[in-house]
Amino acid sequence: MTAATGNRGVTRHALILGSFCLGFGVVLALTERLAAADIAARATEDRLASLAQVLPAGLYDNNPLQGTLAVRAADGSETTVYRARKGDTVTGLAYEIRGSGYAGEIRLMMGVDAQGRILGVRVLAHKETPGLGDKIEVKKGDWITRFTGLSLGAPPAERWKVRKDGGDFDQFTGATITPRGVVAAVHRGLAFFAANKDRLLTAASGEMKP
Amino acid sequence: MTATTTPLPQVAATAQQADYGRIVRDGLWDNNGVLAMLLGMCPSMAMTTSATNGLGMGLATAVVMTASSLLVAVFRRHITQQVRIPVYILIIAAMVTLVDLAMNAWMHELYKVLGLFIPLIVSNCLPLARLEAFAAKEPVLPSLVDGIAMGLGFALALTAIGAVREILGSGTLFADASLLLGPSFRFMELHLLPASSNVLMMILPPGGFLVTGLLVVGKRMVDLRAGKAIQMGGAHSAE
Repeated sequence: MTAATGNRGVTRHALILGSFCLGFGVVLALTERLAAADIAARATEDRLASLAQVLPAGLYDNNPLQGTLAVRAADGSETTVYRARKGDTVTGLAYEIRGSGYAGEIRLMMGVDAQGRILGVRVLAHKETPGLGDKIEVKKGDWITRFTGLSLGAPPAERWKVRKDGGDFDQFTGATITPRGVVAAVHRGLAFFAANKDRLLTAASGEMKP
Repeated sequence: MTATTTPLPQVAATAQQADYGRIVRDGLWDNNGVLAMLLGMCPSMAMTTSATNGLGMGLATAVVMTASSLLVAVFRRHITQQVRIPVYILIIAAMVTLVDLAMNAWMHELYKVLGLFIPLIVSNCLPLARLEAFAAKEPVLPSLVDGIAMGLGFALALTAIGAVREILGSGTLFADASLLLGPSFRFMELHLLPASSNVLMMILPPGGFLVTGLLVVGKRMVDLRAGKAIQMGGAHSAE
């Protein structure tokens, strides 16, 4: 075989592979563009639904997706706080918290009333083992509702742990790391409320960037 | 490059009528992706902690296998031997991404249940093996049937593994099936054994190996009794 035909072979293979890449790239880009608006709408619906789960309906008369606050923590991470208001009074807050589970990050939404009591905690996304760690989802067990009504001092800080670590919260059979991560995240969420309480509750309506 | 370009096998099946019954039997039982070829072991063990999870993963895989088999068969004369593997992987990955995007946008309830499983299909070697062993050489229609049959066989095997592990490990069968299939399937959700008799190991990774192994043995015993020649593991029809 001569070098010329060898090169032609390579060119031909490259063209074939290249045109498949181009073709599927275009198809994917078009689908993405077609689906983007719907995916964003679904994400907003999910967010509203998860807010509704952690903020009781009677608590507010505003749209908590509007007039959110962005609070920057010392480590540079930003937390978006959704505020439930009745008239001009802030009656509750909801914000996303993150815990580390068995298989990566667990994202949760928690709602807290103006006194710092938990209104509810729900899982937004997680990668925990199906059948074991996924009992943190409210669909698969009522474990997560255990947090409702608790606050930073009740139970005391040293009891904000799973039973295996000497705390008050049940772990699951076969899964301790998942609930441990969630308990720690919720506790951090309460600490976040305590640290930012005055700003979160008194800030005027609308955007407030620190 | 030493290009002794092997011409694509110009298939015999173009001349003779494809044996669809054979293809379906192969996919569902005789040459089952999991229980005979021992392919796709990662999802078969990782996603089968319950029958519902197995079924969900299996069905999502079946959709991707069907679509990619069809595409490879359509383009089989344009894909050269040298670049076929990257092209197959490209096709599978594109199908998975399309399914993922489409379900997220237009079947959002189902996506919330299955979404976790879909990206994992890319790491399953069964679709790749079937593209290489079948769709690359056969006409469009038999390839489509092979994709469907192999995909359903995979779903069947995963559901079976999931069912055994779930009954022994959690004492339930098809728990949360209504989340996957809709509220009208709530009747499938059974509670069979009390929590005290659960064998936790069965829903942990070792249970996956044990149950898969036992089901492989079970399938071979059935085949032996039926007097069939045992098909040894591995994608024997692939190179």
